[in-house]
Amino acid sequence: MIRSEILKEIAPILRDQLVVCNIGIPSQELHAIDDQPTNFYMLGTMGLSSSIGLGLALAQPKTVISIDGDGSVLTNLGTLPTIGNNMPSNFILMIVDNGSYGSTGDQPTYTGRKTDLAGMARAAGCDNVVEVQDVDTGKALQEAIDAQVGTVMIVKCDSGNAKMPVITMDPVVIRDRFMKAVEA
Amino acid sequence: MSIDKKITDDLVANDISFVTTVPCKQLAGVIEEIDQREEIFHIPSNKEDEGMGLCAGAWMGGKRPAIIMQNTAIGVTINTLATLIQYYRMPLPMLISYRGELREPVACQVEMAVHTKALLAQMNIPTYHFHNQSDVEELDMILKYTFMCNKPVAILTDANFWGGYGDQ
Repeated sequence: MIRSEILKEIAPILRDQLVVCNIGIPSQELHAIDDQPTNFYMLGTMGLSSSIGLGLALAQPKTVISIDGDGSVLTNLGTLPTIGNNMPSNFILMIVDNGSYGSTGDQPTYTGRKTDLAGMARAAGCDNVVEVQDVDTGKALQEAIDAQVGTVMIVKCDSGNAKMPVITMDPVVIRDRFMKAVEA
Repeated sequence: MSIDKKITDDLVANDISFVTTVPCKQLAGVIEEIDQREEIFHIPSNKEDEGMGLCAGAWMGGKRPAIIMQNTAIGVTINTLATLIQYYRMPLPMLISYRGELREPVACQVEMAVHTKALLAQMNIPTYHFHNQSDVEELDMILKYTFMCNKPVAILTDANFWGGYGDQ
């Protein structure tokens, strides 16, 4: 499965949660598949989906799911120790690990070679790290939500992108409706 | 009252309850003070752009954030300031140790100091420079201004403000 197929499958689960979605094609895919006010789309700032999600989870009680990518986590590796040492029970970091920089033309990342993100997350102090194959994502995500323990999920899947339109919504509109959904 | 306590009191009085820090020797006292205050959740970050992501999330979750960092971080965070904090119009007080100014003993710090105000000006970031200890009296107003206009705002605090660096 590629990322967009996973997002289609887990859309009914994501719909009821606060979601911080990674820059580029992941946000475009989620926006096209199931736009919700509970989705915060990143239009820039590669690497910070996990940090924004962690800050949001620490600030309020609702469950927060950060959808991240292997390339984006590699660009902000300092996030893993911060998460490992401050993990709240309402935060799920879901790293879609397709071994490539999807938004820029599927150039390979190091996770497709020797680098093991799950091992890095564990070494950084993350206690609950789950590795799943693409087809099992929905089940694992629902389990993580139900368990109410902070979880880092590494979802292994194929490289590739669906062709989706660019998000044209104004960033302040995205942010404002998201904050209203957080408060609701 | 110590300068560290005065700064922390102003943060608390302005309902700032989520603070991330990347340390600098000049900021050690205020970081220690923040760490001890029950009203503030202190989360150290490993890099300043990561810290700004944490602050963005905390603000969307209903907490008023602040970041404490060194001016070298302006070089690290230009993209995050432009595409996250400014683009989504978020408030972010940045208490910045202004290294490389008068009374600086480390020559390399001057290399970023000479760019600091120019970069902040280029980014249209409101910037205040604390040089004398009495300048801290403006902090309360600056914090109110930041959350009024939903912008990142820089408060540069130099070695003279902190009572010297290396010669204190």
